[in-house]
Amino acid sequence: MRYSILSLASQAWRGHRGWPQAWRDPAPKAAYDVVIVGGGGHGLATAYYLAAEHGITDVAVLEKGWIGGGNTGRNTTVVRSNYFYPQSAALYDLALRLYEGLSRTLNYNIMLSQRGMVVLSHSRHDLELARRAANAMRLNGVDAELLTVDDVARMIPALDVGPAARFPVLGGLVQARAGTARHDAVAWGYARAADARGVDIIQNCEVTGFRRGADGAITAIDTSRGTIGARRVALTVAGHSGVLAGLAGFRLPIASHALQAMVTEPVKPVLDTVVLSPATGMYLSQSDKGELVIGGGLDHHLSYGQRGTPAVAHGVLAAVAEQFPAFGRLRLLRQWAGIVDVVADSSPIIGASPVPNLLLNCGWGTGGFKAIPAGGTLLAHHLATGAPHPIAAPFGLHRFASGALIDEAGAAGIAH
Amino acid sequence: MLLIPCPFCGPRAEVEFRCGGESHVQRPDPSVDDAGWADYLFGRRNPKGTHYERWVHEAGCRQWFNLARDTVDHRILAVYRMGEPAPEIR
Repeated sequence: MRYSILSLASQAWRGHRGWPQAWRDPAPKAAYDVVIVGGGGHGLATAYYLAAEHGITDVAVLEKGWIGGGNTGRNTTVVRSNYFYPQSAALYDLALRLYEGLSRTLNYNIMLSQRGMVVLSHSRHDLELARRAANAMRLNGVDAELLTVDDVARMIPALDVGPAARFPVLGGLVQARAGTARHDAVAWGYARAADARGVDIIQNCEVTGFRRGADGAITAIDTSRGTIGARRVALTVAGHSGVLAGLAGFRLPIASHALQAMVTEPVKPVLDTVVLSPATGMYLSQSDKGELVIGGGLDHHLSYGQRGTPAVAHGVLAAVAEQFPAFGRLRLLRQWAGIVDVVADSSPIIGASPVPNLLLNCGWGTGGFKAIPAGGTLLAHHLATGAPHPIAAPFGLHRFASGALIDEAGAAGIAH
Repeated sequence: MLLIPCPFCGPRAEVEFRCGGESHVQRPDPSVDDAGWADYLFGRRNPKGTHYERWVHEAGCRQWFNLARDTVDHRILAVYRMGEPAPEIR
């Protein structure tokens, strides 16, 4: 069923009791041409682009839990492309451009809101870094504007920019095309569109091992729902990439850390942009429901526990309450963590693995959500054609041996 | 929040410490190839389960030591000094 004003009106007339299921719940077949491990945004997007762009529809997405239940449903929904190096700008701006048309492409409202993202400068050095970032972004063809403190005060009235502020604000940098999108809708939209093209989305199906042929290639995958044959395999499992790579017999330059997020009780509209303060390690935005969505830095030790350390949450919240005095009186509704796959150069790994027919899409660290449409497009290209897309080529696993790292450590704005 | 048993100061709150990553990473012979050198620099065990790691009591005695810690439930399984071999866990 195509969603439209007509379908909405006719369903409303019938009391919304006639909506069909958005995607099927098939049992796994004996074998597939392509098996994608991980039913988050990147896995579902890969399946969608394989079917839509390359006509490959004998595809299964295997998900251990439910689709979008990992980091895709745990992030703070920010999309942006304010990176430093040309390779990164090409990658992340591809994602943002695809996001800009995604609701129409998928016939599913992902609630993209390009409300801009303001990066605050708290010192002379921050101002210099903002200028450097703005120049780099504009050279890369990405929009960027420098802000004076008056601009910041006008855009973010709730922020304390007064002379007595503990963290004085001297200016800022805005990417106007950045913003937020509904994270669940991105997963559900890709799932529905992929399913409509024949992709099998198999939930509650945990991968427990890989069967290998004489040449080392994967021939079949052992799962909690039986053994599934596969000609080509893709791993899109974010924080669990190291665990799955272990099952396939190799290790990755990845460290899995918990990244926390939290939301306050809902309040009336008070913040209509995304605010990031790199120096104090906090960022926040307001959801359409009115909750303030808050995030910060990583927990510093390895973790696969999706909870997060109270001390890190405390530091983030203290920074919010200090800079937005009125927000200090809000109550916190929920706090959680996702397990992110951190790489030494803070850039993703897309492409070949040591196993001949196994491709990787991992290492997005704290910023995978914003890249979902690009991650899916590039991995689908590699799966379909057998060669990396030119935009993905610099992001291969080979860069760790060649030394051609793409060191975006500063791009996230928060040190990780 | 972890309660970390510093071998020199006794149990202290996690905020006094900093985690220094995986222990027992051995520098390979200089004749190693690029892939082996990359694995030494960047490859990590990153286990879901028992992890042997270095910590420093930064806001205390400033000494380094080793922990064996479960990365799922964060339980501390063993504490031992730098240079000592990793204890067998189970």
